[in-house]
Amino acid sequence: MAVDGTDVAADVVADEPGGRVRARPGEVVLELNNLSVGFPTDDGMVQAVRGVSYQVAAGEALGIVGESGSGKSVSSLAVMGLLPANARVNGSAKILGTEVLGLSDAAISRIRGNNVAMIFQDPLTSLNPVYTVGFQLAEAIRAHNAVSKEAARQRAIDLLDVVGIPNPRQRADSYPHELSGGMRQRVVIAIAMANDPDVIIADEPTTALDVTVQAQVLEALEAARQETGAAMVLITHDLGVIAGHVDRVAVMYAGKIVETGTTEDIFYTPRMPYTLGLLGSLPRLDESRHQRLTPILGTPPSLVNLPPGCPFEPRCPIGQDICREHEPDLELVDASAGRTGHAAACHFRDQLEGAAPTDLFKPTAIDPEVAIGDTIGDTIDDVAEETQTDVITSQREVGA
Amino acid sequence: MVDLTTRDIAAVQRRAAAESITTKRRSQASMIITRFLRHRMAVFGMVLFLLIVILAFLGPLVWHWDYFIHREIPSNAPPSWDHPFGTTRAGQDYLAQVMRGTQQSIKVGLVTAILSAVIGGFLGAMAGLYGGAVDNVIMRFVDLLFVIPSLVILIVVAGFLGASTWWQTALILGAFAWLNTARVVRGVVLSLREQEFIEAARGMGASNTRIILRHLIPNSMNVMIVDFTLVIAVAILAEASLSFLGLGIQPPDVSLGFLINQSRTSVWTRPWLFYTPGVVIILIVLAINFIGDGLRDALDPRQSQARR
Amino acid sequence: MLVFIVRRLAASVLVLLAATFLTFLLVDLTGDPLEMLRLQTPPPSPSTIETARHALYLDRSLPERYWLWLTGIGDTNGDIGLLRGKWGPSLAGSEIGPELGERFFVTLRLVIAALLISFAAAVITGVVSAVRQYRMIDHLLTLIAFIGLAMPSFWVASLVKESGTWVNDQVGSTVLFTFGAASPNIEEMSPIYQFNDIVAHLVLPTVAMVFHGYASISRFQRASMLEVLNADYVRLARAKGLRNRVVMRRHALRTALIPIVTLGALATAGALAGAVITETVFRWRGLGTFLVEAVNDKDVYAVMAVVLLTGMILIVFNLIADLLYGFLDPRIRVGSR
Repeated sequence: MAVDGTDVAADVVADEPGGRVRARPGEVVLELNNLSVGFPTDDGMVQAVRGVSYQVAAGEALGIVGESGSGKSVSSLAVMGLLPANARVNGSAKILGTEVLGLSDAAISRIRGNNVAMIFQDPLTSLNPVYTVGFQLAEAIRAHNAVSKEAARQRAIDLLDVVGIPNPRQRADSYPHELSGGMRQRVVIAIAMANDPDVIIADEPTTALDVTVQAQVLEALEAARQETGAAMVLITHDLGVIAGHVDRVAVMYAGKIVETGTTEDIFYTPRMPYTLGLLGSLPRLDESRHQRLTPILGTPPSLVNLPPGCPFEPRCPIGQDICREHEPDLELVDASAGRTGHAAACHFRDQLEGAAPTDLFKPTAIDPEVAIGDTIGDTIDDVAEETQTDVITSQREVGA
Repeated sequence: MVDLTTRDIAAVQRRAAAESITTKRRSQASMIITRFLRHRMAVFGMVLFLLIVILAFLGPLVWHWDYFIHREIPSNAPPSWDHPFGTTRAGQDYLAQVMRGTQQSIKVGLVTAILSAVIGGFLGAMAGLYGGAVDNVIMRFVDLLFVIPSLVILIVVAGFLGASTWWQTALILGAFAWLNTARVVRGVVLSLREQEFIEAARGMGASNTRIILRHLIPNSMNVMIVDFTLVIAVAILAEASLSFLGLGIQPPDVSLGFLINQSRTSVWTRPWLFYTPGVVIILIVLAINFIGDGLRDALDPRQSQARR
Repeated sequence: MLVFIVRRLAASVLVLLAATFLTFLLVDLTGDPLEMLRLQTPPPSPSTIETARHALYLDRSLPERYWLWLTGIGDTNGDIGLLRGKWGPSLAGSEIGPELGERFFVTLRLVIAALLISFAAAVITGVVSAVRQYRMIDHLLTLIAFIGLAMPSFWVASLVKESGTWVNDQVGSTVLFTFGAASPNIEEMSPIYQFNDIVAHLVLPTVAMVFHGYASISRFQRASMLEVLNADYVRLARAKGLRNRVVMRRHALRTALIPIVTLGALATAGALAGAVITETVFRWRGLGTFLVEAVNDKDVYAVMAVVLLTGMILIVFNLIADLLYGFLDPRIRVGSR
């Protein structure tokens, strides 16, 4: 679908008389169709997103997983219209059925913060340092509602309470630098939910935070979803964060979705070698302490001038000629069907039934010349041996 | 389980290792030069500056008039083939005068910048690296000299000590230019000291000397190079200001500032006397600023080159 | 807050005094205030010289001279000692005091006018340049800034002055004032006319001074604005659904102005330097021309007076800049919370 600068039908989404259009249960709130984003650079056009399509229904939670450079953030920024001016966007993105790509500033501003809200990664820099937290929250409310300053302030205080900020009335007059990282992120979540959005996009909301704080922030996110009934797109590189917080998962690699399905599908029956690799590199508490990790060797490809075949092929243990020649499409696996079906982009999706990560990725580090393959554990062991130093790898070992 | 043709893992490892180096490895220096050359303005500045330097230093060797008074030179003549920039009231060829003035300006600029870099770089690095009392003493002294506006103190010093030759002017300017350089270098060293790669180097057992040589100096060089170019420009303008006020290079030697002072009432009657030295100063400083800008962009690896 | 101001001023004054001591050392050791006298023809008699020496306290030791200059406590003629409100004797035999006061305000108004207009112009063009980065207007403004930085202030001032004179000649009457800080008969005017007269005389010199000041600040503003435009909080402000204009004004500009304030110190020093030059060109009777005359005459006490006064202007404006910074940026608010 073409993108142009028109003001098309934004009113349907935002300014209907008698109140906003609300999503019905099961209705698709966010739909991407073959979205592509490119950035011209001195080295050529960087294809950050190469044809991404997915749908999110009301109240649903979709997790997008991928490494840096996989395009997961860029695709969401495209939906929000927050990409830099030199970005080339193609395809379609619809919120409640209305196309949002290419809208004018006035039109997209009515949708942002209203129907779709976004949470960014770094809470330290997401909030303006010169305004109080309460002001920035109230600002979000008054951007879309004609309410008095007092009413907005009251609502701001209520929101702070919902996301779990203690003493919200006093806290509202604090400046961002007076709050901890976790609290700041919760303020950002409060801003996101301020106008009861239909979908909240959380771009790596916990990456910049300590593990203990991560849990609190994810809790706040849950509270926000409960309160607003919003759908959620949770973007992260951390599979651990995904598990237990989303209904469906999309795995992205090199600008494309390479596997998608329910959380069970992805975690228990992955059908794409990259997903298997990701699962294999997760340390698991329920496995023996000496179980080696199986990292995926190599690095993600450069997004300029991608080869014609599957972008994962150079790092794939089962790559064949067909992989180098034809990029596999994202196709449904087995008998699964529909929007929530399980699909994978691999020529061998059917053969991978029942495969475990260790079947494909062998935990070895044999060739010293290929030192890139060393697991961290091996290196530590070697150094410890040579220098006869004791190595502390876990709290359990420290006389506890 | 499934029947898969798994490839030889070792082969995969080797390939992955080889292909992970997908970008061309170019040396630091060539990358810097490439980035600089991409800056059209910087290259233009470089060319312009070289042209002016050549004109100022080689010009007098080939031009058949020198800058002294000669009886046969007509007074107050407009530009002609024999005197492309006209002549002064006293009977000097103006082109020769402008070339000489440019020469003096460039000499002052370069020497001042060198003095500033050496003194300021050294003291700034000391203050930043050793901190404590050393830092305090040096910085209090810098603050002291900063509390009086620069031109005011320059006027006083030049007036009382005398700055009638180019090297006197350069010494005086250098004695104050190092203040800013020291501050800048100290700032860089301070921020470098805190960075994790220094901690990592220490963690690997690197000695102070090694840290200074392999980490602090290369990273400060970028800042110092840019500062060097800026000091040249500032010094040239300062020297011109001093001579304009009658406190710098005096006759029989020539300074562009002095020429402008002499000709400022003739802006509309004999404009060639006023515009030529002015335009020369503007071109030199412009060229240097372009070069400085280009260097700053070329040396700072954090700048991304997204095209419009 | 008040404590902070007082403490800062006290510290700065101490530094300034130390600087004056260094300056005193320099001028006292290298300059001979009687030089002009000695060069007179016919040469003055030894007794004349001796009287002059005594009048200028040159027959005392250097430390004593500095002490007298500073405090005026000791064996004096009653015409020296800062603490007693005296600036010291000048060659002409009269006191420096009254003339200095008038000159101080002349220079001050020039500096303030130049700073205000430079900053205003720079902020506007810096913002425009950043928002329209890489477009035609950006390149044009950048080029103007570069050229402005490269033009020597005395050259610009001369050009402006002579052009003013030329305009007056063409028009046939004095539309633009090119000479002096005020009309000679200003005392006889009513307050309104006096004010107008002063402002009218300020026009050309301020124009001359703004060129340079504006150029350096606008580059800085552009860089600061660019950095802010790419900041996360600006992105979040947009993500909230705020219109572009609101985001620019309330979030980008407000924060981008903060680093500019830190330029205040440098800008003031630059403005004072520019003032010296501009006063010379436009023949104003300000501190700048006073300084040049004093230096040429080797009038030590006059030089010290100017050094002190300009130093004080710098300190006060620095303090104002710091307070403004604290006002704009809550992260470094001065005083306890």
